[in-house]
Amino acid sequence: MSLAGLPPEPVPSPVPGAVGLVTAVTPDTDAAVAAGMLPAGKPRSTFRRGLEVFLENKLAVTGVGIFVFFILFCFVGPHIYVTNQLTVNFAQEELAPSGAHLLGTDANGFDVLGRLMVAGQISLEVGIAAALLATVVGVLWGAIAGYIGGFVDAFMMRIVDAMLSIPTLFLALVVVSMVTPSKPVLILVIALTSWLTTSRLVRGEALSLRTRDYVQAMKVMGGGNTRAVLRHIAPNAVGTIMVNATFQVADAIALIVALSYLGLGIRPPQQDWGGMLSDGVQYVYDGYWWLIIPAGFCIVIVIAAAIFIGEGLRDAVEVRLQRR
Amino acid sequence: MIRRLLQAIVVLLLVTAITYALLRLIPGNVAVAVMGPTAYRNPAAIAQFDRVYGFNHPWYYQYWLWLDHLVHGNLGYSWKLNQSVASLLSNHLPKTVFLVGASIILALIFAIPIGVLQAVRRNKIVDHFFNGFSTIFYAMPAFLLGILLILIFAIKFPIFPPEGPQGEGVAVLFTNFNALILPIASLTLITIALFSRYMRSSVLDNLTEDYVRTAKAKGASERRVLLRHVLRNSLIPIATLLGLLLPAVFAGALITESVFNYPGMGYLFFQSALNQDYPVLLGITVVVAVATVVGSLLADIAYAVLDPRVRYVSQ
Repeated sequence: MSLAGLPPEPVPSPVPGAVGLVTAVTPDTDAAVAAGMLPAGKPRSTFRRGLEVFLENKLAVTGVGIFVFFILFCFVGPHIYVTNQLTVNFAQEELAPSGAHLLGTDANGFDVLGRLMVAGQISLEVGIAAALLATVVGVLWGAIAGYIGGFVDAFMMRIVDAMLSIPTLFLALVVVSMVTPSKPVLILVIALTSWLTTSRLVRGEALSLRTRDYVQAMKVMGGGNTRAVLRHIAPNAVGTIMVNATFQVADAIALIVALSYLGLGIRPPQQDWGGMLSDGVQYVYDGYWWLIIPAGFCIVIVIAAAIFIGEGLRDAVEVRLQRR
Repeated sequence: MIRRLLQAIVVLLLVTAITYALLRLIPGNVAVAVMGPTAYRNPAAIAQFDRVYGFNHPWYYQYWLWLDHLVHGNLGYSWKLNQSVASLLSNHLPKTVFLVGASIILALIFAIPIGVLQAVRRNKIVDHFFNGFSTIFYAMPAFLLGILLILIFAIKFPIFPPEGPQGEGVAVLFTNFNALILPIASLTLITIALFSRYMRSSVLDNLTEDYVRTAKAKGASERRVLLRHVLRNSLIPIATLLGLLLPAVFAGALITESVFNYPGMGYLFFQSALNQDYPVLLGITVVVAVATVVGSLLADIAYAVLDPRVRYVSQ
């Protein structure tokens, strides 16, 4: 989708919504303290408090539910609802939904419900793997830049600025047009074009973390830079990173959908939801709704779920940050 | 300010370096791509092509050559379309600028009030409604939205034509205004979904500031506080965001243009990617990146002018 290029939470100050959300959750946490729910001497862990805020957010919990459902649907589903997704059957093409085919069949005679499960595997795998890889690259880049500072930082961040000024979809299109897109290639392409926002956020964290006493203390004790980045800077930015990673999943799934629509996504015989949808819309004038609505629904609901989870996590992490 | 300007120049140089490097990584030979696979049988022709177009030089000299052409306004030559990239852009770019510009302006007109309304009625039904709206349009693939619009407003109820204005030149945009409605509506809806979220957070931030309490304590009406104080201050971060979101809107334009067969720059970029027409890809990328870098530079300057707390001091 077009919004793939969007920084999940853009960058000028770390997370524009953050401050509002801090103030938003303040009353609850303050109330908890005031109500004497926190026994003196044994404060609840920040993790617990974060978890509570997260669980109170109905949308976020629903989002987790949706994600779990789709993971089961895509990876366990094919073992329960067994369909033939390998051999084309033109005798059965474009059948309307019926008892034999709950969501009908597509132009190749594949059962659409079964197809959704198999295609979803690719969407989810690529989306999640690309988001993870992007996060790792972004965290390392940002942590190193922020920790070293000075000229290196300036140079590294200018590279990020430069890449951010080219739309992600454009970059991905160029790369995908050069190589045949397979699952690993797509993961790599999406990851390499979407680590930028993560690196900016982490750099901001690293800039403030590197002056902390415990980092200074570790350096006095003779710890090296690598240790500082890997053991102290990165783990302490973990909240921010998790929130960002969740939004990255949403954007990565949207980006493969967009690439599939443009015909530069995963190649047949494999297919992702975006490929199903863009094949389906060719029959939009024929009224074959079952080729469009189910795939479109899966894409929208999974991306929305990732956004809800991300927003819930952000609220939860703000609780943590307050204690810092 | 000078420092910020220097940064922008460095970023621009890096953009050209990155795009150039990316295109250099392409396997294959430009001469063969242009003259066809049989050119392999004729090494003399390949050598001749390389000599004429400067491909016989080392890569850094080629980059320098390309850069030199670029600052002189020569964006390269598309062998596939047998036209200079500059002339291609002069036909396609204004159409995209119009599409993107109109969508951004319309989106701001809608997104700002929606964001304010959501923030003021936080966690009320209105907030949830627009939150749902922006999430759905954020999550919905842009091409699906475009096709749904075509299905409803061009096929079921034939009010608007199903494709964008066709033809050479910019004038067709205005002679065939009806054809613009659906593409602009499509991109605007996506852009509203992008912006209204940020507007909401920005207003929420400001509502808790001390100056709001002060203004209220001084007896200012709710309306005055909102319009004169909060709105103005909430718009400042949105100004910088506009620069950053520009690439996202361009990406949206690419999809929208290919759905509506709208002959803009995004559509040209997509076609060039399919044809592996690298000079065009390079030229468009540079143009978009320059627009974004200059856009964020202007936004930052506007920020500094609007907000006296921010000053770009040369250090």
